[in-house]
Amino acid sequence: MTAPPGNTAVVVQGVSKRFRLYHERNQSLKAALMRRRRASYEEFWALRDVSLSIESGCTYGLVGENGSGKSTLLKCIARILRPDHGRVATKGKMAALLELGSGFHPELSGRENIFLNGSILGLSKRELTRKFDEIVDFAGVEQFVDQPVKNYSSGMYVRLGFSIAINVDPEILLVDEVLAVGDAAFQRKCQEKFSEFRRAGKTVVIVSHAMESVRTLCDEVAWLEHGRLLKTGRPDEVVDEYVDAGHVDRQQPPTAATARWGSGEAQLTSVELLGTDGAPTARVRTGDAVTIRLGYRTTEPISRPVFGLALESLEGVYVWAHNTRDARWVPNLIDGDGSVDLVIDRLMLQPGTFDLSASVVTSDCTSAFDFLRRCLRFDVEVGTPRESGGFVALGGRWGFSPDDSVLTSAASRMRGGTP
Amino acid sequence: MTVATELRESRELLVNLTLREVRGKYKRTALGQGWSLLNPIATMLIFTAVFGFLLRITVPAGNPSGVHVFALWLVCGLLPWNFVSSALTGGMGALVGNANLVKKVYFPREVLVASTVLSWDVTFLIELGVLSVALLLFGAFVLPWLPLAALYVVLLTAFGLGLGLALSVANVYFRDTSHFVGILMQIWFYATPVVYPSSYVHQAAQKLDDKGYRLFGHKVPLEFVYRLNPMERFVACFRAVFYDNRWPGFGDTVFVVLAAAVSLIAGYAIFRRYEARLAEEL
Repeated sequence: MTAPPGNTAVVVQGVSKRFRLYHERNQSLKAALMRRRRASYEEFWALRDVSLSIESGCTYGLVGENGSGKSTLLKCIARILRPDHGRVATKGKMAALLELGSGFHPELSGRENIFLNGSILGLSKRELTRKFDEIVDFAGVEQFVDQPVKNYSSGMYVRLGFSIAINVDPEILLVDEVLAVGDAAFQRKCQEKFSEFRRAGKTVVIVSHAMESVRTLCDEVAWLEHGRLLKTGRPDEVVDEYVDAGHVDRQQPPTAATARWGSGEAQLTSVELLGTDGAPTARVRTGDAVTIRLGYRTTEPISRPVFGLALESLEGVYVWAHNTRDARWVPNLIDGDGSVDLVIDRLMLQPGTFDLSASVVTSDCTSAFDFLRRCLRFDVEVGTPRESGGFVALGGRWGFSPDDSVLTSAASRMRGGTP
Repeated sequence: MTVATELRESRELLVNLTLREVRGKYKRTALGQGWSLLNPIATMLIFTAVFGFLLRITVPAGNPSGVHVFALWLVCGLLPWNFVSSALTGGMGALVGNANLVKKVYFPREVLVASTVLSWDVTFLIELGVLSVALLLFGAFVLPWLPLAALYVVLLTAFGLGLGLALSVANVYFRDTSHFVGILMQIWFYATPVVYPSSYVHQAAQKLDDKGYRLFGHKVPLEFVYRLNPMERFVACFRAVFYDNRWPGFGDTVFVVLAAAVSLIAGYAIFRRYEARLAEEL
């Protein structure tokens, strides 16, 4: 493998990758001999003539629908798959975070697995001995390091896997949406490690569906569709266009993330986001007038219930919450079926994906009748006002200060150039 | 990355994966590595009872070692056979068994097969050590021959590795390779002089000849065909070194060197050829 020239870390040149879709997956020798071939299959081009180059120190995002070929491209860069045409050149040590903890031997201890997995990822024994404490510490498995990993909880398993991979200290890190692992504290640690990584001038290639993180993390983004490279460019431009093209699939959030609890005297029967036209939707725009409607049903009359809503980003950041008690709108009694609305005149959220949680709780907010965690996921697309980044749109306006004395020379030059 | 640096980097991986295999093999068993000795001992007892006692197979005395024990004679052939058989079967399953690794991480894939074969080498060496002690107890002074034995272990490893490499990819593309090989291994076992001496084949050939059987007007080349089996040659070499304490025959040695070289080169070539699409086919 030849090294790419100059300041580029990864060069992908005319890469095509063909998969075989077997009609009848037949791996038996008999069938192969009888038909004089293995099995009938159709060819499917997962990648077609993709060329791009990634600068050293750049955080590069790959976006696209499921099946667009972005993971295939990542695996080609990682050399797990070999392209049928074209070539991939990389410079420096590379580590791929495709699946954490793959290659752990369940019967071996955490300690033995660190050395084993580390060497699979290309670390020498000396480096591993040096980094051992850091790896164990980061994963938070100190007490269990001499236990066989099959006794680890799934969280510990994944944390240890991530910890080893990130400590390989690669020049190029390939990440396939594995960051959504572990509890909130571990996720924060991962994010920090990533920022550290980026600051150290390492190259990161990310495949992600979390448009908000792509927008904030990446320096450049490539958009793939049906195996072809559609567009590369600055993240805000590419991501906006991608989101606008309606490519963010809106599935129900994974069941693992959702949870429901409560005593059940009152139950939430529906949670809906109504768009400007009053119809339920999962896609709205910044600045839209929207309504969140909670349907409920009670088994007995309930006095002074409190309805609440909370919003989280996909990464689990707590963005907003509001309940009827704080709004001083407390129904005296609910009995039977009904619904309550929260009317929002202007949805001041920046483009991104959000998860809504809804609840109905007792008047003192101490116990829940029904709590639905992450029951509705929706996307916010580019609208008005259009601001640069983050979760909230504040609707601010730029202008020169009325007091001339604070004008800087740069600003006055600007003003001079603007008639 | 050049091939040389890749090899250097994968050496450590090879050692670690081999250790994984060795440690993982008998994990959670009360006897641990003891099993690697119990298995051949059990086989030895069974074969000695059946072939030595019931079927009265007679074996020559060690020349010049002077040892004349059927069980020891048997084990001198059984251990190399067991090694090749385990290395083949293990190497064949190495890629399929580590599918999740192959699909998620890049590293030179041949290391998986090599580490499995090497892990069986560890077992093989322990067994040979115990065999040497037993031979010493029965009066065969085997110690000066051990360096030579090491050479044959290396050759046998190369032979097993080559076959393992070829079969490992074959098993990815055709999963019934493993079942097929299971039958072949049985035939191969009886085609190799493990439980009977090759002189029996010589006698059988003679008998055919005496009775006037001819193949296209020539003698039936039973012995010639029989001796094409590389394992026959390997077993002859191991018996010469351990049981007889003498230099193995020159012809046998040349044959096993060639067999090891051909197996390794061809096996590696086959592996290389089909390696590219492993991650998809698994």
